[in-house]
Amino acid sequence: MSFRYEIRLSGAGGQGLILIGKILAEAAAIFEDLNATQSQSYGPEARGGASRSEVIISDEDIDYPKADNVDLLLAMTQEALDKYGDETKEKSIIIYDQDLITAPKELKGRKLYSAEITKLATEQFNKTIVGNMIALGLVTSLSHILHPDSVKKAIQARVPRGTEQLNLQAFDLGYKRGEELQGL
Amino acid sequence: MYKLMMQGNQACAHGAIVAGCRFFAGYPITPSSEIAEELSLLLPLVGGRFIQMEDEIASMAAIIGASLTGCKVMTATSGPGFSLKQENIGYACEAEIPCVIINIQRGGPSTGSPTMTSQEDFMQSRWGTHGDHNIIVLSPSSVQETFELTITAFNLSEKFRTPVILLSDEIVGHMTEKVILPDPDEVKIYDRKKPEVSPQDYLAYQFTEDGIPPMADFGSGYRYHVTGLIHDQTGFPTNDSNEIKKIKDRWMKKMIKGEKDIILTESIHTDDMDYLIIAYGSSARCAKRVVKIAREQGKKFGLLKLTTLWPFPDQIISRLTDKVKQVIVPEMNQGQAIREVKRVVGGKIPVVGVNRYDGEAMKPEDILTVINKL
Repeated sequence: MSFRYEIRLSGAGGQGLILIGKILAEAAAIFEDLNATQSQSYGPEARGGASRSEVIISDEDIDYPKADNVDLLLAMTQEALDKYGDETKEKSIIIYDQDLITAPKELKGRKLYSAEITKLATEQFNKTIVGNMIALGLVTSLSHILHPDSVKKAIQARVPRGTEQLNLQAFDLGYKRGEELQGL
Repeated sequence: MYKLMMQGNQACAHGAIVAGCRFFAGYPITPSSEIAEELSLLLPLVGGRFIQMEDEIASMAAIIGASLTGCKVMTATSGPGFSLKQENIGYACEAEIPCVIINIQRGGPSTGSPTMTSQEDFMQSRWGTHGDHNIIVLSPSSVQETFELTITAFNLSEKFRTPVILLSDEIVGHMTEKVILPDPDEVKIYDRKKPEVSPQDYLAYQFTEDGIPPMADFGSGYRYHVTGLIHDQTGFPTNDSNEIKKIKDRWMKKMIKGEKDIILTESIHTDDMDYLIIAYGSSARCAKRVVKIAREQGKKFGLLKLTTLWPFPDQIISRLTDKVKQVIVPEMNQGQAIREVKRVVGGKIPVVGVNRYDGEAMKPEDILTVINKL
């Protein structure tokens, strides 16, 4: 039975969502025997403004490269959750940063997970910049599509040299938090 | 061969290097800038030159000059820059100078929507420069195809002595996918025909059997005149009506003779169909999905993906539309390729457009909504 899994990573420019999209796609297509396409939508600003990164993972050729039936939504701003929450379906996973989202939505039938992504990044690493890696850990843990080792290999291949350890630690923290949220 | 994850724009740069491109002049513009960025890193490694010029007009002029020295050349841009390049694209058509122009389409007109996608330059890619002229336009739908078609663009440009435009769009340019890079010796590379006569006997624009005059490198001892004016076989301007008609007929002839090499399409489920979708670029990926969904519902849909947009594949479309009830043309503009499809179909069956021009990608449901009404 073939599968197609759609991930939408949404928030603001500068949060590193395009990077973690590329990491997920690389983990699937290079470090696992799957196909993946990552695409993006962003505004003219380098920081701020709405930003969206989409990853399609499948064991078949990927015809349509964009998300139109989202299985997992990561929302890193209130605007992103408001805009894309409704575009998820029954049983979709929604992960949001409870430090950035003050008014979570009532979305029937979805599996909502909130995590203190920004707070963890600040308290554990003194750097909000690794919030994207914590989110990547959560996404990997909650989606059960990719092996965490594949994602870690892709992190090492994609992050700037010298920052590998920091990023991997942040990923591990997010992954562990994801397991806790599922009671694993 | 080896596989890696790449963005469409990076794949374009790598395809150019494999094709033999050794000179790039450009001016950065979203969503094409990564092509210049990547080539600024790659070209010095293979002994090539990368120049960021003062603007797009100068970039186009620079690649024409470099091509005359025997170098394979390229520039990359998007809408506003593509408009600026038009005058010199005409010069390259007139003087028959091989060169490759990449246009990663964004929304227009003018500065339009810099970070958003479109297919609004379909007609401009054919008729952007003034006057009767011939040009080849190719359109990729994936990162792999961007790599391959960039190589094809160079080969066709060298073979037919014409500018070739790779008309991509923001989605394909910025998309990251797996690319399988072949071993360099597995790739077919075509180099321009060089003169076999001495410099004294060389006619720069000679009438040859295939309509393609051999091209001498500047600096190799062959002296000839290059101009944007209509010229005779020597390359010098002419006002002789016979000569004017003769060179224009030759330009047309070389393209018609070359159609077998130039016109590339892909047919999916067209052997057994009631309805035909004709699509190109990123919209063709959407159409592929739609054909699959429709078939699952027992509706016999087929897809013709246009890989070559210009010259327009009249014969293939004419043949395929003989046996269907209706044609659907989805595109991310207000209806450009559909005009050509309607011209070819000539009223024998209805042709319906699905148009999206809000900067977002064409969605399967956009096409399915139209299909479900059939």
